[in-house]
Amino acid sequence: METLMAVLVGVLFASGIYLMLRRSIVKLAIGLVLLSQAANLTLFTAAGLTRGSPPLVPEGGDMPPVPFADPLPQALVLTAIVIGFGVLAFTLVLVKRVYQTVGTDDMDEMRSTDGFKD
Amino acid sequence: MSHDVLVALPLVIPLATAVIAMLFYNSRESQRVISVIGATALFAASIALLIAVREDGVLVSEFGAWAPPFGINMVADLLSAIMVLMTGLIAFTVSIYSLATMDPRRESFGYYPLFHILLMGITGSFMTGDMFNLFVWFEVMLIASFVLIALGGERPQLEGAIKYVALNLISSMILLSAIGLLYGVAGTLNFADLGMKLQDVDEPWLVTTIGMMFLVSFGIKAAIFPMFFWLPASYHTPPIAVTALIAALLSKVGVYALIRAFTLVFTQETSYTHQILLVVAGATMVTGVLGAVAQYEVRKLLSFHIISQIGYMLVGLAILSPLALAGSIFYIVHNMVTKTNLFLISGVSYRLQGTYELKELGSLYRYHPYVSTLFFVSAMALAGMPPFSGFMAKLTLVRGSLEIEHYAIVAVALFTSLLTLFSMTKIWTEGYWTPSKAEENDELPPGVEDFPGWTSNMIAMFVPILILAALSVGMGLLAQPVISLLIETAEQLLDPSVYIEAVLGDES
Repeated sequence: METLMAVLVGVLFASGIYLMLRRSIVKLAIGLVLLSQAANLTLFTAAGLTRGSPPLVPEGGDMPPVPFADPLPQALVLTAIVIGFGVLAFTLVLVKRVYQTVGTDDMDEMRSTDGFKD
Repeated sequence: MSHDVLVALPLVIPLATAVIAMLFYNSRESQRVISVIGATALFAASIALLIAVREDGVLVSEFGAWAPPFGINMVADLLSAIMVLMTGLIAFTVSIYSLATMDPRRESFGYYPLFHILLMGITGSFMTGDMFNLFVWFEVMLIASFVLIALGGERPQLEGAIKYVALNLISSMILLSAIGLLYGVAGTLNFADLGMKLQDVDEPWLVTTIGMMFLVSFGIKAAIFPMFFWLPASYHTPPIAVTALIAALLSKVGVYALIRAFTLVFTQETSYTHQILLVVAGATMVTGVLGAVAQYEVRKLLSFHIISQIGYMLVGLAILSPLALAGSIFYIVHNMVTKTNLFLISGVSYRLQGTYELKELGSLYRYHPYVSTLFFVSAMALAGMPPFSGFMAKLTLVRGSLEIEHYAIVAVALFTSLLTLFSMTKIWTEGYWTPSKAEENDELPPGVEDFPGWTSNMIAMFVPILILAALSVGMGLLAQPVISLLIETAEQLLDPSVYIEAVLGDES
C-alpha cells in the first residue's frame, strides 16, 4: 500500500510541476492543486498507513487497543486541505484578474516587471 | 503581567486590531486611527516581552493547557523576542507612514485589516514552537501578503503577484511534504521534542535529507540563491508602504525559520549541512549585489539588495560560532531598520519628483538637503560605513568568521560590501547630486515650487524616517548593549538544551 501511495505521490508531483512549467496561468493553477494534493498525500502516507481500529480509549483503559491509526496526521491533513482550499480560491481569482487586466494567459507576456526600463 | 499573557499579546493585538478595523469597514478615518493604535500597542507589547524574556529566561505558553509535546505551544526565547520587537517597530513606523502615502481607494478596500493580519502571521511564525503550526502561520502571513501585493489591481502588481503566489505556494508544498516525512521519522513536530529525539536517531542521513527539503522551502521564502527570482519581480510593484513592510519582514521570517531549524532541529551532520549553507550564503551575497548594481530603478535596486543582505544573515548560521551568529542577528536587526528606511525615503523622493527612475530623479540635495541627509545616513549604514549600525553588524560578523578562519567568506562579504557602497553612491549621485533634466533647462525641478510644505501628511512621512535613522545611528554609536544582548541570544541558540528544558521541563 505504501509503495502504491509513494508512486501516486510521485506521479502527482511530476504532473503538478509539469503543468506549472507550462506558460498558461490556468495550467499553473491546476498544477498548484496537484502539488497541494501530492503534499497532503505525502503527509498522510509518511506517518504510516494502519488498517486498524480507531484510536478511541475504551472505558476504564488508558490506551486504545493496538493496532490503532495515528489520528494526528489526519488532523494535520485536514488542516492542510482547508488551507489549500482557501489559497486555491485566492489563486483562481488572481488568475482571472490577471487574465482580465493583461489580456492573455501566457506567462511570457507578463514580464514587464522583470526587465529593465529603456 | 503573567507570562502567558505576554506571549499571547503579540498575536492577539494584531488580530483584535484587524477585527475591529473590519467592523469599521465603511469608515476610512476610524480604520486609520485603529491601525495606528494597534501598531503602537503591538510595539509596546513586544518591548515588554523582550524585557520579560531577558529577566526570566525563555517564556513558554501552552495554548489550551495541553502539555507539550502534545499541545501547541508558543515559545519566546531571546531570538523570538528580538524578532517580535523588530516586527513591532516596523509595524509602528510603517503604519504611521501609511497614513500619508496610501491612496483612499486601497484604504477603503481593507488595507489596514490586511496589514494587521500580516503582522499576526509574522509574530506567530516567530514564536511558534511547533513545525506544523509554523506552516499554518506561514500561510496566514502569505495569504495576507498575496492580497497586499495584488491590492489595487494594477498590471505590474498582478504580474508580480502571480509569480510571488506561485513560487511561495511551491515552497509551502515542499514544507508540508517535509513536515510529513519528519513526522514519519520522529513521530513529533514540536521543536523542542524534535531537537531531543533527533539527537540519537538511527538514520541521520534520512533526517539530513529532510533537513535539505526544509532548506529549500525556507530558502524560497528567504530568497536565497538560487531561489530568489520571485523577489525582485514582485516586491517593487505595490505602493511603497507595502513594499517597505514586506521587504522588512517577509524574507526575514524565512531567515528566522532557517536559524531555528538549523540550530535546534537539524544539527546531526553540521559539517555537511552548514557547508552547504556557507556556499549558498556567499552566492546569495554576490548575485544579489550584482543584480542591484545593474538596476536604475530605486525600488528594484533596493529589492536586489535585500537578497544580497540575506546572504550576510546566513553566514553566522553557517559558521555556528557565538560571535558570528550574533553578527548575523545584528545584521537582521540592522537590515530591517535600514532597508525599511531606504524604501520610506524613496517614497518621499517619489512624492517630491513623481518617479522612481534614477535617470529622471535629480537635484534633491540642492533643494531638499534634509531628505538627502536622511538618505545618506541610511545608505551609508546599509553599505556598512562607520559609525552607523551596518558597520558594527558587519564588524561582528567578520570578526566571528575570522576567529574560525573562514577567510573565503570574509573576502566575499567585503567584496559584496564594496559593491553595495558602489550602488548606494549610484543612487546618491544620480538621484541627489546630478542636476535634474528640468534644471538643465533652467527650470525648477518638480517638488520645489509645488512642495506641499509641512502639512500633516509630510510630518507623517518624516516621523518614521527620523525614528529609523536615529536607530541606525544609535545602534552604531551605542553598539555595546546591543552586541552583548545578541551574543547572549547566540549562546542561547547554540545551546539547544535551554530551549528544550524550557518547553519540556526537567524530565529531559
